[in-house]
Amino acid sequence: MAVSALSVSAVSKAYGSRPVLREVSLEVDAGERVALLGHNGAGKTTLMKLALGLVAADGGSVSVGGAAAGSAAAREAAAYLPEALAFHPALTGREQLALFARLAGVSRAAVPGLLDRVGLGDAADRRIGAWSKGMRQRLGLAQMLLGRPALALLDEPTSGLDPVSRHELYAIIDEMAGQGTAVLVASHALTELEARTDRIAILREGRMVACDALARLRDEAGLPVRLRVTASGERAADLQARIGGERLNGASVEVLCPPSEKMARLAEIAGLGGLIADLDVAQPSLEDIYRHYSEGASP
Amino acid sequence: MIARMLAVAGAEFRIARRNRWALTAAVLMLLFALALTFAGSAPTGSLGVDLLTVSVASMTTLAVYLTPLLALLLSFDAVAGERERGSLALLLSHRLTRGELLAGKLAAHLAVLALAMAAGFGAAGLAAAAAGGAGPESLAALIRLIGSSILLGATFLALGYAVSALAGSTAGSAGMAVGIWLVLVVLYDLGLLGAVVADEGGFFTQALFPWLLALNPADAFRLWNVAASGQVALASGMTGAAGALPGGAPLASLLLWPVAAFALARLAISRTAP
Repeated sequence: MAVSALSVSAVSKAYGSRPVLREVSLEVDAGERVALLGHNGAGKTTLMKLALGLVAADGGSVSVGGAAAGSAAAREAAAYLPEALAFHPALTGREQLALFARLAGVSRAAVPGLLDRVGLGDAADRRIGAWSKGMRQRLGLAQMLLGRPALALLDEPTSGLDPVSRHELYAIIDEMAGQGTAVLVASHALTELEARTDRIAILREGRMVACDALARLRDEAGLPVRLRVTASGERAADLQARIGGERLNGASVEVLCPPSEKMARLAEIAGLGGLIADLDVAQPSLEDIYRHYSEGASP
Repeated sequence: MIARMLAVAGAEFRIARRNRWALTAAVLMLLFALALTFAGSAPTGSLGVDLLTVSVASMTTLAVYLTPLLALLLSFDAVAGERERGSLALLLSHRLTRGELLAGKLAAHLAVLALAMAAGFGAAGLAAAAAGGAGPESLAALIRLIGSSILLGATFLALGYAVSALAGSTAGSAGMAVGIWLVLVVLYDLGLLGAVVADEGGFFTQALFPWLLALNPADAFRLWNVAASGQVALASGMTGAAGALPGGAPLASLLLWPVAAFALARLAISRTAP
């Protein structure tokens, strides 16, 4: 069996007397995109810094591509985009990226191509002090692409970015995953992660409370499906009397039902015939699921 | 390892040049050195030494204050600034080690200081030689002054990195750097002076005082420049303490301080989480 790009096993970490991570385990395989969710202070950044060897674990083990975190091989295999990154304002983008290339042991010939790839070709020779936040973030992304990392760790990569920049950033993340890089993204932007990741890992107060594909988490959480039924004519009261639920406005009724009863309920509603003008089915969103796990409803 | 260190040094030197630090430091040294050389030219006749000797003596006194200040200004945000920008974690996520990062920054900052010293003291020395004559001995004193200023600068650069790594923010680091300058350059001497006055020429003054002077990098710098040249000693009036020490003590202190201060900075940065 191939070695995981990132393997975190039973890791604990405390800053002083404050525990940040408790017995956390996580595997990310090559080409897999995993979202790391959790409230501020849940331990997401600490988990990334452990993987980079920037801080040492109190217990448990972390390895990157089979090498212990912090070792030369592990550092070479991992790329990192810190949260709220800034660079020295006096350097130009090209100079800054050339510095990272030299640190990564990659030829400087790769720099112009990477700058173009993240859309910074035109700005490359301007000082970073005059750049927007989105441009700095792209430069951060460009340095991740140096030397084809086996593992990419991105901490809140889209915070403060405009929608177009976000879209481009995720396109590059997808491209990296397509080339076999294991990607771990910490974010609060739940809606954009929903379609962009293969698995969701949720940290709550330093514990991993969920880690699975979104569909599986949805099933496991057993959150109700939301059926929104619009009555034809003025017959919302009649509709509510038949199917129960809650009146939303003059014309609609909302019914919550467990996923297992969804088809039966739909059949029942469809059987009402002319009473129904429209029907919407809303699956629990990632936000609902996140709230479910992160606020401790279970487990 | 060397390649990564040089990469950091190259970028740091470029930053120092860009934000005019290199130029500012050089111009500052030049102006002060020229002003002191010509304002201090009066005693040449009465002491029977050439103008360059007097100039070196004056510049030694200047360098004791200015070199540590310039060094601390260059270094105080070296670690704290990177941490505040979030770039420290990023730099260290590459294969760069903390020691390589510090060594690279030290190389660049030291180059900036060395250029400033060479330009400032060198130009003032040339001017003094042209205006009032110079001999082999006063020329050697000038070269000694430049070399020892670089050593003194290295010490305070490394001390600056140490506070920068220990402080939680650049503001805190700036405060601690000012504190270090005040204590090592100003208050230490005042304290010793007070003790000597109170001691009235007793055991402290005779036996301890010269060693305590040599222990402080700024005073060791002064002592060595004075002790190495009898004429400079004459011009600066600092022969007493220098004569009471074994010849190598101030130089040993000057050479050991940068090493010890860098080790301290290395220890400090290894204890910080980026």
